[in-house]
Amino acid sequence: MKQLILKDIDDLIIGSLGIVAFISFFVGGVVTIQTALNIDNPLIPKYLVGFATRQSIILEFAPTFMSIIMAGKVGSFITSSIGTMRVTEQIDALEVMGINSLNYLVFPKFISMMLYPFVISIAMFLGILGGMAACVYGGFSTLEDYIVGIQNDFETFHVVYAFIKTFVFAFVLATIPSFHGFYMKGGALEVGKASTTSFVWTSVVIIILNYFLTQMLLS
Amino acid sequence: MIEVNNLHKSFGDVEVLKGISTSFDKGKTNLIIGQSGSGKTVFLKCLLGLFEYEEGTISYDGKIFSQLTEDEKRNIRAEIGMVFQGSALFDSMTIAENVMFPLQMFTKQSKSEMEDRVDFVLKRVNLPEAHNKMPSEASGGMQKRVAIARAIVNNPKYLFCDEPNSGLDPKTAIVIDNLIQEITDEYQITTVINSHDMNSVMEIGEKIVFLRHGLKAWEGSNKTIFKTDNEVVTDFVYSSNLFKKVRKMYIEENE
Repeated sequence: MKQLILKDIDDLIIGSLGIVAFISFFVGGVVTIQTALNIDNPLIPKYLVGFATRQSIILEFAPTFMSIIMAGKVGSFITSSIGTMRVTEQIDALEVMGINSLNYLVFPKFISMMLYPFVISIAMFLGILGGMAACVYGGFSTLEDYIVGIQNDFETFHVVYAFIKTFVFAFVLATIPSFHGFYMKGGALEVGKASTTSFVWTSVVIIILNYFLTQMLLS
Repeated sequence: MIEVNNLHKSFGDVEVLKGISTSFDKGKTNLIIGQSGSGKTVFLKCLLGLFEYEEGTISYDGKIFSQLTEDEKRNIRAEIGMVFQGSALFDSMTIAENVMFPLQMFTKQSKSEMEDRVDFVLKRVNLPEAHNKMPSEASGGMQKRVAIARAIVNNPKYLFCDEPNSGLDPKTAIVIDNLIQEITDEYQITTVINSHDMNSVMEIGEKIVFLRHGLKAWEGSNKTIFKTDNEVVTDFVYSSNLFKKVRKMYIEENE
């Protein structure tokens, strides 16, 4: 079981770091540019660009939208890998051996996804870093203003809120795709269909939960 | 020995198995044959405990499976080896890891003991140097042999094979048939094979159960199948001209 968990950590967490880093850095930059370009009132301080970038990245982009992206990346991987095992009778082989196949396949994924907040914290850091690069090298404000902005009016609970959401989304990302893969019927074509269905449902559940969690935790 | 008594299995309103009673003998290769849709795969999956059935009993060496506790069922399952139609090797593991898997699950052997056992069974199926290959790097015949190695690695008392020759060329099919029969004799396993392959029926069918429309239509061996007057069996088994000629020659030789 330990080996399975380590393998799933490698596949689901470590394997996602590259795409997460790439998307976070550039989306952070885009958020900064968009914010800076929409501030044309000279009375609004320049450090607001950093402030707005930090709030967007920590509150929504990193926990929620990165989770939607992960529903496509990690979720599809989980559904297709378990679904292929179903189609090729590998799950039947486990059951014939008397192994609880659901536990054997899903539990390691569930445990490895508990490291998902680590991925999201990297997304937060790189998103803000990307914003800083875009802000400074794009000439929208100085480095000092940006740093003042990201420190300004900082509420620790916003990070706590983001990580509560992240844990909930990690549970969703591990379970819904596993369900669609484990209980699929048919052949190779149905594996593809199950992956798509799993992505749609995981995204829908994440968006709905995001709404209710925000309502409960922030209002 | 496996005994089946009055086995009924339905899917919704469709009754697939309509009261099958038979037995599979220890140390023999027992074949289940029949047309597509006759209930062979459902029957095999009931024997393996993958399908629940509505009525009837299946007993393994006198122990009625449905009456056993979960621990007892687990013990029986640890004595079962299964060769799936598509081999069902675990994609993410090497061939050696696939073969070692039942040992890791059901025994407390040390790693070196398990490695020795894996070496032994891989040599037994003529794959002495395939340890580090991935299943995707192996041919269909090799995958079948690995599946057999995985099935026998834990010294099973019962070996089930679902169409072990499907997708193989005739020569490799004969190698697989012979391997299964040798292993059955050598370890005195109760082997049950679900097959469409008439070569297998003639070569290794020490006991043959013919299913039709969810019922046992005939029971015999590769010796008696040549002489049977049962039209349903002769229609199915001797549907090709080659086998009609073989049967005619056999009957002429033995008259």
